[in-house]
Amino acid sequence: MSAYALFKKDLASELRTRYAINSLVMFIVVTISVILFSIGNEKISDFLSGGLFWVVIFFSAMSGLSRAFVSEEERGTTLTLQLIASPTTIFSGKLLFNLILVFAMNIVVALLYSALFDAFVIKNLSLFLYAFILGNVGIAIASTLIASIIAKASSKGTLYPVLSFPILLPLMLTLIDLTKQAMDTTTFSSSYVELAILGCYDVVMIAASFMLFDFIWKD
Amino acid sequence: MIWKIVLFLLIAFVSIAGITFPIVAKPEHWYEFPLIMGLGENAKIIFFHVPTAWLTVIAFFMSTVYSIKYLRKKDLVDDIKAHTSAQLGMVFCILATITGAVWAKFAWGSYWSWDPRQTSIFALLLIYGALFALRSAVEVEEKRAALSAVYSIIAFITVPFFIFIMPRIMRGLHPGSADDTNAGTVVNFQMNGNMLLIFFLSLIGFTILYYWMWYVGYKSMLYKEKLNKQYH
Repeated sequence: MSAYALFKKDLASELRTRYAINSLVMFIVVTISVILFSIGNEKISDFLSGGLFWVVIFFSAMSGLSRAFVSEEERGTTLTLQLIASPTTIFSGKLLFNLILVFAMNIVVALLYSALFDAFVIKNLSLFLYAFILGNVGIAIASTLIASIIAKASSKGTLYPVLSFPILLPLMLTLIDLTKQAMDTTTFSSSYVELAILGCYDVVMIAASFMLFDFIWKD
Repeated sequence: MIWKIVLFLLIAFVSIAGITFPIVAKPEHWYEFPLIMGLGENAKIIFFHVPTAWLTVIAFFMSTVYSIKYLRKKDLVDDIKAHTSAQLGMVFCILATITGAVWAKFAWGSYWSWDPRQTSIFALLLIYGALFALRSAVEVEEKRAALSAVYSIIAFITVPFFIFIMPRIMRGLHPGSADDTNAGTVVNFQMNGNMLLIFFLSLIGFTILYYWMWYVGYKSMLYKEKLNKQYH
């Protein structure tokens, strides 16, 4: 069984139930409207809106991304998967699915957010785009690995943000910093270090994930 | 036994010397500390604050080493060693946060200002908290050991970002930050010989203290497990 076949199976079962997609979309709408309600008629600063953007993304990711592995445990299909595919294949398939999900979700968030918040104006679009892509990859990798831990620890939902937040924190801090810079200047020269940190984070996380996933997956 | 006496003398000397040695503008005697601009008397907390922060990282490192060992050999003793080290790390992390906040109040004017190093110690607190939450969520021993080992390894590889990268590229108040002009590395700033000596004695003393606490901790946990198995 190849990773792509697993991805297709996940996609098919997701399109049948639309559980993750529905909950993600509703979560994005709810989070953004809570922020809009709490702002009211106040005028918020540009940088604050840049930070809140990543708050929306973090909590939306926490609501939907654990499905990848939790759904297998709930349906009782974990053992079958263990028999027909190697751990590396399974992790690649699940990672591919979560990558697509994160990118789709974050593009929706970015479009909605820039339509609804007047203060959220990106001056340096290409810098923001690089940060956005590297950041999404990092979020997908870390949350897929934590999702596999959560699925094995029997308490499903509540632990997920608790475990993910410290792991995602270096990524989030750098992303918030880069978003500020993209709203502030049009030059690239001061942001290479931050982009390098994002790149390092992605590489380190993906290496560690593939090495450690075996120990989570095999009982 | 000899180690306990040495440790007692070391910690006692560091505590007494660190607190009572006077800070003067031009140190002439061996027991006088130099005046560090901008710090004054509250420079003395460095003998207690830095070792606790150091031990937070060391304890976490030891916990990760034993986690890797557990994943290789699947020996539950290694899991207990890793867990004890994480518990001690949590204690030292809280101590470092508190001593740091107190020092920040007197040196920078507020208890908490989200300096990069304050952010990183906060992140370490969160990591330790998450690790204990994960441990309490899993019932089966082997599963608990494997999952918490994996989590502590994953968490440990984010630590270099917090401890070494962020504080150096971001603007902050600690020495060694990106916008710091008057000092180089954390240790070398304007300390003289005797201050450095007591600083390193304190580091050594606290490290031995950690090792001793860790040894007693995991031994007692092992005996507890053994007794539980005998009577149930």
